[in-house]
Amino acid sequence: MSFVIATTVDEALAALAAGARPVAGGSDLVVGARHGKAPLPSDLVAIDRISGLDCIEVDDNGACIGALANHHAIEGHAVLGARWSALADGSALVGSPSTRNVGTLGGNVMNASPAMDTGAPLVVLGAEAELVSAARGSRRVSMAELWTGPGRTSASPDELCVAVHLPALPARSGSAYLRLEYRRAMEIAVVGAAAMVTLADDGTIAAVRVALTAVGPTIVEVTGLSGGPVADVAAAAGAAASAQASPISDLRASDAYRRHSVGVMARRAVEAAARRAAGETIPVPLNRAVGIGAAS
Amino acid sequence: MSTTPLTSHDDTVGISLRVNGVEYPVTVGQGRNLLSVIRTEIGLTGTKEGCDDCECGACMVLVDGRPVNSCSYLAAQAHGREITTVEGLTCDGEMHPLQCNILEEGGVQCGFCTPGMLVSATALLARTPHPTDEEIRIGLSGNLCRCTGYAKIVAAVRRTAES
Repeated sequence: MSFVIATTVDEALAALAAGARPVAGGSDLVVGARHGKAPLPSDLVAIDRISGLDCIEVDDNGACIGALANHHAIEGHAVLGARWSALADGSALVGSPSTRNVGTLGGNVMNASPAMDTGAPLVVLGAEAELVSAARGSRRVSMAELWTGPGRTSASPDELCVAVHLPALPARSGSAYLRLEYRRAMEIAVVGAAAMVTLADDGTIAAVRVALTAVGPTIVEVTGLSGGPVADVAAAAGAAASAQASPISDLRASDAYRRHSVGVMARRAVEAAARRAAGETIPVPLNRAVGIGAAS
Repeated sequence: MSTTPLTSHDDTVGISLRVNGVEYPVTVGQGRNLLSVIRTEIGLTGTKEGCDDCECGACMVLVDGRPVNSCSYLAAQAHGREITTVEGLTCDGEMHPLQCNILEEGGVQCGFCTPGMLVSATALLARTPHPTDEEIRIGLSGNLCRCTGYAKIVAAVRRTAES
């Protein structure tokens, strides 16, 4: 049994190499342990005081979001909201103000839930996770390489996620994330969809990516999409999303309902992303702007 | 902050919690949540255990000024941090304006959610002194009340912001 408070990445990596598991906000770890999902690890290293790991830096090459950046910081970050809107849309929907204050992007990514609200945005934005270990140094992996199943990643136990990198997007690009929800707070996505589009000079869609939340063992990226008029691409994305989803039935929704509604979310996400790409300002989170969720 | 393992040979951890400005050295199991330590070891029972699942907000406290569900936050992680509970909202025995206004507006019925509501509202007003009604609702969105229907609680926060 040990509990170490790390103040540097090296201290955290040493603890991980010795077998400890990291805890940042604890919102997944502690609740998961109580539910019997996994017992609380006997050796823990608290990483929430590592200085600098919560910074969000933006330059011409893209954004570097420290693993300890919490959802509150992301949802309120003006530049992230303007350029990588889908991620801000997702972070703004996580839990409640208290959850968003302790929940970190790094924790979200490494928890690897297929229902995570930041997952589909990170996929369509082309994000990479930066993993560091004492033995092998640093490497970057795409989200598709990282997530191998519900709660499972390709990261080694001695690796720490230190940052998430978002590449700069081409001009006339926009992104959006929507989820179906039954209540406006402390909710987990019934289904969700993120879209990133780049517009051609004539206003049609030149490039599009769509990814889906809570319809498979990991976040699902929709394949086979191509450009064209916005309405056509949005309709095709909706149909493809429903066709490629492999949802389960549980107490929150049936598989048939999820399959249908994820198509609706995908179509609307493409439409909203195209509006943002054309320069329209749609406030974060998109869910509120388009009236999804119970009225206040 | 020392990085020496905060541990002994068993599964307990010696930590120091600063609650409402008072230092409390306590020894706790490393898996203990902050809520149970505040209520049982420190004896401040204003903070409530509702769902014990990060859903209802009855256990809300401020950790370094940020609202946190203390039922799902490890006590050991709060070592050395500034914790404010509902008891810490009073000043020299006088109720905080939020406490006065939630009484005046009739925002208390059974009262079980009230400490968490007050703590969340405190965090909201510290960050957003003049919130819109929508911002108040978002600020309180992690707190469940099964009695009032929320309208009078929102009114109490609005009245505090206006005063």
